[in-house]
Amino acid sequence: MANQAQFRTCPETGLKVDLAAEKLIKVNAVVAVVFLAVGGLFGLLVALTRWPAVHILPDSWFYLALTAHGADVLLFWIIFFEMAMLYFCSAILLNSRLAAPKLAWGAFWLMIAGAVMANVAVLQGNSSVMFTSYVPMQAAPHFYLGLILFAVGILVGLCCFFGTLVIAKDEKTYEGSVPLVTFGAITAAIIAVFTVACGAIILIPTFLWSVGLIPTIDPLIYKIVWWGFGHASQQINVAVHVSIWYAIAAMTFGAKPLSEKVSRTAFLMYILFLQLASAHHLLVEPGVSSEWKIFNTSYAMYLAVVGSMVHGMTIPGAIEAAQRKRGLTNGIWEWLRKAPWSNPAFAGMFMSLVMFGFLGGISGVILGTEQLNIIMHNTVYVPGHFHATVVAGTTLTFMAFTYPVINLIFRKEIIWPKVAQYQPYVFGLGVMGISVFMMGAGTLGVARRHWDITFADATLSFEYPPMAIMLMGLNGLAAILAAAGGLMYVSVVIASIWKGKPREVVAVSEPTPEAEALTSYGSAGTLHLPGTAILVGIFFLSFVLYYFINWKYLATVWPLS
Amino acid sequence: MAIHSPSDRIWWNKPIEKMELIWIGIAFCWGLFMFCAMIWWHIYGEQNLSNETYKTTPELFESRTEAMVEAYTVREEGDTGIPVVHPPAGSDVYLLARRWEFYPILELDMGQSYRIHMSSTDWQHGFSLQPTNINLQIHPGYEMVLTITPDSSGVFNIVCNEFCGIGHHQMLGRIHVVE
Ligand code: HEM
Ligand SMILES: [Cu+2]
Ligand SMILES: [Cu+2]
Repeated sequence: MANQAQFRTCPETGLKVDLAAEKLIKVNAVVAVVFLAVGGLFGLLVALTRWPAVHILPDSWFYLALTAHGADVLLFWIIFFEMAMLYFCSAILLNSRLAAPKLAWGAFWLMIAGAVMANVAVLQGNSSVMFTSYVPMQAAPHFYLGLILFAVGILVGLCCFFGTLVIAKDEKTYEGSVPLVTFGAITAAIIAVFTVACGAIILIPTFLWSVGLIPTIDPLIYKIVWWGFGHASQQINVAVHVSIWYAIAAMTFGAKPLSEKVSRTAFLMYILFLQLASAHHLLVEPGVSSEWKIFNTSYAMYLAVVGSMVHGMTIPGAIEAAQRKRGLTNGIWEWLRKAPWSNPAFAGMFMSLVMFGFLGGISGVILGTEQLNIIMHNTVYVPGHFHATVVAGTTLTFMAFTYPVINLIFRKEIIWPKVAQYQPYVFGLGVMGISVFMMGAGTLGVARRHWDITFADATLSFEYPPMAIMLMGLNGLAAILAAAGGLMYVSVVIASIWKGKPREVVAVSEPTPEAEALTSYGSAGTLHLPGTAILVGIFFLSFVLYYFINWKYLATVWPLS
Repeated sequence: MAIHSPSDRIWWNKPIEKMELIWIGIAFCWGLFMFCAMIWWHIYGEQNLSNETYKTTPELFESRTEAMVEAYTVREEGDTGIPVVHPPAGSDVYLLARRWEFYPILELDMGQSYRIHMSSTDWQHGFSLQPTNINLQIHPGYEMVLTITPDSSGVFNIVCNEFCGIGHHQMLGRIHVVE
């Protein structure tokens, strides 16, 4: 078996690249980008409709576009890209052959079939149920069937991933422990198994209900299990994009984690404290008790949040340490000022880190606080929050990582380096805008998933504060910027893959000696990282401040008991 | 490097940087604090959900709501003549959500407490009371009970903030709070 696999040796990294794995990485990544393009277009249309002065789509199209947007970007773009990442982190990083490439192709085609089927159902117009498809609202049966096929595809792909780990270990393709990045991918894959199981448990009965074989589905049970799938999948995203942050830090700076032990434990926390993740989507729901809500959103100590806060320190810390070793020791910030800001992989990664932490992380914890949820549930604060996590965090990171992937896996040069160079900034700024403006409007009460916040054709009349309307307008402007950044990404990626110059073999770069010097862990006292200390200090202060501001806001609301 | 196996094979017994330890300590304590804050608010805070919920059916909930409407309607409002109900302070008040209205309109006295019962007779809806900004989820089949005490007067509108079909954006309700 083993000798059937064909390899090439990467001239730049010295890694052995299994050609079958390489091909699978390529197709999964390209399909992901196509879904991002489609879903992003829907996102722009949605944002322009929510801008009251523009209001571009009619109502039925708006709800259709919103459903398609959620499914295409959150599920299809992200998960296809993650499949590519899993093959990369297993076969490529471990110098191994991929287990059962035929099966991996089966997974790929199942996922395609599912994604296309769900899209067809949505575009036919009778499945505008949002990607959450809360019962008793009902979509066409092939909407659910599409999602089920997609989930089965994921499961098959996961089997190939785990199989590859086993092969690599058996065939001793690496020495010692797996790399940290692979370790992160393993945590993601384990969470993915749990996720897919929840998805199956709820979507299969829902499908049977939609064809009339099951009489009813309890809406509350549906939500509890559905979010076991919907939220756990966000935990996958975090584990994967944090792994990529480490990878980009390593590839750009030769940065080593400050401590393997700490970073790995932080990944493990994502599994161990994978909250019964539905809880924080059900904080203002009837039928679940406060004890259940409080315990399950926090497991009494928010250890998954602690995990992310640890990565949020160790990654900039690793970069600072690497830069300082390299001699950039002037003052507090030279290491950061002289970072390669014109390298889109680094620029995207670093912006993603900052925005994920400051915007997505803080707002997420606040949304997930039992009582604070009362002032935010289902307002546009919620999409504001998750565009900071899943777009500024995950999507921007995936975009950043695509550039080295084009070089190393597709063996192509970036066709328009200038476009690539500015792309993360344009997209990052746009996404920052949509997150902040939606969070702002949500604080003023504006509803999410709402076609007309001026209520022009309602029997009663109501107006949100003018400030809220203005914020939704600014959101529309930011959306145009984000869409422009998205277009830059899609076009430079597709054009490079298709027409880019084949990559010249750059001189074989041995792992840089400076990087090796960083091996000495635990040299406590020798490593001074004032920049990182200040960064996390600012982060912590903002977190605490904003947390208390929200309690103060809650205290002004009508008493409830 | 993070993309290679750790070059120290025995990485797990290396000491941890002091800075990392401090940060982990801070993060952990903060996590504990935030956990306790939720419990603290249940004891000392004024905005908590009651956790009182009953199973119900559309018919049952509709009939209770109708009984209240018959007893306490004071006038009608809007083009479609939605009843405005002024229930006695302290009483049980029913608010029904259905495609695409909140029924009926309520008139409450400022500073008085009411036991509000909420349910839906069809799909899920969202109760988003503006501008005070209270947001709750309404499920069919479940009756949520909550004691509210309006502490400001004026006209408050209820926006449906859970997508509930094509009329979702027309779904508004109202609560008048009078002094
Ligand atoms: C051009 C970039 C994007 C723009 C302008 C954009 C804009 C928006 C807007 C305005 C909403 C609607 C909020 C509402 O009415 O409730 C929305 C919803 C959403 N977006 Fe995006 N978005 C973009 C990219 C993304 C990406 C890349 C992802 C995921 C990776 C994403 C995930 C979602 C999800 C899951 C929803 C919720 C859909 C629902 O409520 O069912 N968006 N987006
Ligand atoms: Cu509704
Ligand atoms: Cu609605």
